[in-house]
Amino acid sequence: MTPDPSLAALSNQLFSVSVALYSVAVVAFCAQLAFGRRPVRTPELVAAGNGAAPTAPTAADVLSEPARSRRWGLIAVAVTALGALTHLGVMVTRGLAADRLPWGNMYEFGTAVTLVGVVAFLVFAVRVPAVRHLGLFVMAPVVLAMVGIGLFLYAEAGPLVAALRSSWLAVHVTSAILGFGIFFLSGIVSAMYLVRSRYDAKLAEGQAQPDGVLSRLPSAATLDRVAHRTAVFGFPIWTFAVIAGAIWAESAWGRFWGWDPKETWAFIAWVVYAAYLHARTTAGWRGRAAAWVNVTGLVVMVFNLLYVNMVSTGLHSYAGLK
Amino acid sequence: MSVVAPPRESAAAPPPAPPSPGRRLAARLLHWWRRLTAMRTAIILLFLLALAAVPGSLLPQRSLSKTNVSRYFTDHPVLAPVLDRLYLFDVFSSPWFAAIYLLLFISLIGCVLPRALEHARGLRAAPPLAPRNLLRLPDSGQLTTPLAGGAALDVVEEELRVRRFRVVRREGVAGPELSAEKGYLKETGNLLFHLSLVALLLGLAGGKLWGYEGSILLTEGQGFCNSFQQYDSYKSGPLVSGADLTPLCIDLQDFRATYEQNLTASSFTAKISYGAPGQAGKDATIGVNDPLRVDGDRVYVTGHGFSPTFSVTLPDGTKFTDLSVPFLPSDTKTMSSEGALKLPDLGKGKDKQLALQGLFAPTGLVQNQILTSVDPRPLAPEVAIFAYQGYLGLDSGIPQSVYSLDATQIDRGRLTKVGAANLTPGQSMTLPDGTKIGFTGVKEFAALQFSHDPGEYWVLGSAISLLVGLLGMLLLRRERVFARVAPAAGGGGTVLTVATLTRGSGESGPRFAALSDDLGAALGARASKPEDSPRDS
Ligand code: HEM
Repeated sequence: MTPDPSLAALSNQLFSVSVALYSVAVVAFCAQLAFGRRPVRTPELVAAGNGAAPTAPTAADVLSEPARSRRWGLIAVAVTALGALTHLGVMVTRGLAADRLPWGNMYEFGTAVTLVGVVAFLVFAVRVPAVRHLGLFVMAPVVLAMVGIGLFLYAEAGPLVAALRSSWLAVHVTSAILGFGIFFLSGIVSAMYLVRSRYDAKLAEGQAQPDGVLSRLPSAATLDRVAHRTAVFGFPIWTFAVIAGAIWAESAWGRFWGWDPKETWAFIAWVVYAAYLHARTTAGWRGRAAAWVNVTGLVVMVFNLLYVNMVSTGLHSYAGLK
Repeated sequence: MSVVAPPRESAAAPPPAPPSPGRRLAARLLHWWRRLTAMRTAIILLFLLALAAVPGSLLPQRSLSKTNVSRYFTDHPVLAPVLDRLYLFDVFSSPWFAAIYLLLFISLIGCVLPRALEHARGLRAAPPLAPRNLLRLPDSGQLTTPLAGGAALDVVEEELRVRRFRVVRREGVAGPELSAEKGYLKETGNLLFHLSLVALLLGLAGGKLWGYEGSILLTEGQGFCNSFQQYDSYKSGPLVSGADLTPLCIDLQDFRATYEQNLTASSFTAKISYGAPGQAGKDATIGVNDPLRVDGDRVYVTGHGFSPTFSVTLPDGTKFTDLSVPFLPSDTKTMSSEGALKLPDLGKGKDKQLALQGLFAPTGLVQNQILTSVDPRPLAPEVAIFAYQGYLGLDSGIPQSVYSLDATQIDRGRLTKVGAANLTPGQSMTLPDGTKIGFTGVKEFAALQFSHDPGEYWVLGSAISLLVGLLGMLLLRRERVFARVAPAAGGGGTVLTVATLTRGSGESGPRFAALSDDLGAALGARASKPEDSPRDS
């Protein structure tokens, strides 16, 4: 089971290609925002009040989009999709090179999480066109994250340590990656909700220009809904990941739960997301407060990945970092 | 307001009488209970729980590593005792952590139980009355049809029953109307989820109270039986007594570690035999990710290392052979290990005890007289040892580590260094008094852990039902559909007003549009039918 060096090298090249494609997509998303006009009038209030014809605010968001902006948006989505394909290639070639699932260390984990985030974004960008206006704010962090992952977390393709040789790796880590990737998107959308709702408030007070770039973001209601839907999707997956981790820990470490730092932070993240889901349905917490909780959840997830792997010592120290 | 003081002669009391203390207390209690079981409180408590867990991961915890905690004490002599008083080294068993989750669970029960009762009643009850003004609902619309009112509602009812709604027809003030509901399972999922959390907590508590865990280092050829005296260290719940321990004995026959070419450990396997004390043992092979499971108890391999073996020949010719002791790996990559062999009973008196302390390298490399290990496999074992003679202080009453010598005895000059050497198997050194110490070879040891947790399956079951409930709660939709008919303004035909209320995932707009399209089509089909049928016959 020696790693295949040429496949490993191909994987690394694909990584660079993906970052390059995503960067191009970022530029195209910028162009989409720059050429977008402020929606003439969002008929959202009408739709929410009474609608003989059920008009989703999302539909309203797109109607007033100029063709040039729309074209750039499509290009950006296409380039992102292409990047996601090469990104998938990174994982596949890496897995083939090492002859195992390609998520055995932090580099591979981080790469997979960003891929899930990108794919989740693409799904929404196709189904809810207004979400394309978020492209810049999703893909720029993705590019930054990937550059950071490539520079600081890189590890050679290699075999797994004994403790990771279990079919639970596939179950536990795959679900953790899925959950994390979806929460990544959710957190960013909530952050954009915070930006947008603040802009709306300022607009109402006459303190902001009605034609600002921020007016081209999807409406606050759309952002809130997308953030909630993604979190609702991610939460059971994350719950499953934690349970699967506990089952694995029971056979690998002799107890299903031991408050190891990684377990502790997974629990903290879980509790924060549970709080978000509650906040979203509780008077006094809906809206900005709930969005802050979701953003906190993402911060906790990132902290769990970076700090707990790199600084603290625990049983989860398989990061492959020295 | 059902909790009130008994209404005795209150009728006779003058109007401005202040409420009785009992009544005030009841009111206050009720007020606090309402507060505690409000969603807002639940969110705050969830936050507190998350926050409270944070120090448990940032500060060393006794439950994870006592060594790290004592190191923290030496590094921060002033701060550590203060933190300790606040239970910050035992966060997850601290009273304040318990207070938060107990409050959360009381809040949860207080919130969920009434909901469960209401849900149980709701399961049998008819869908609720239609709101007065249907067009106020976010998803609503009107259709006109030539059908009569009753026939139009028939069509709606049929369409909804096909979609598995529960339907009830009523004669409302504003005309005949229909209410339909589906998705009761969503609420069931919610209740299942929250109650599973309670079950999970009970399972955890049971495991803590009645569970135990013991660990031991066993060199190949040794064995142990499941009793607290035999373990190097153990933890047990407050309700465990020594007599409760499963009678089971384990012998370690062989231990093997295998490595990849780049020296990543690929497997650890221990061949063991196990059985009740005095019984012939059954054979088993256990390893990482693959514990022995017998009757709800589990035996794990949690680590491994080397036990160098020595022989000692005293000047008078008395020979002790096969003296082996585990050396603890100080570097898991190369398995360079440290340890001490203490020989208090050589028959020479208290001040003539002997000890060896030093380093073991499975594949040794000596550079500048310093031994290091370059490979975790025992390819060229070598030890670098110091020999000490004197008083070891084992019976001084102060506990000391098995893996190192008591430094205070060395400092006091009661234990003195009498020799040092690097030895490979077969080599020996002779001390000034003529004692000969030989390095005869190496065995592997396995760190084994015996675990008993009676709550484990309960917790697993709760976790699974929690997940099922969660999926039901998050993925299912609870939908209500209301319809009302009124004669069309111009006479002839009916105006059908339809509205839906949705709780749960997804966009409700498109689904409402689909429903109204289907209704329109069905109404159209029904309207044209009476004309069709006569022509056919
Ligand atoms: C251990 C603590 C708790 C956890 C982990 C938890 C988790 C959750 C989750 C994940 C949801 C789904 C939210 C959604 O439908 O989007 C939920 C819903 C709900 N929870 Fe909790 N919960 C907890 C405690 C509580 C408590 C203490 C209460 C009562 C005060 C409560 C009342 C509710 C209610 C009423 C809902 C339904 C909300 C709705 O249908 O809109 N939960 N809970």
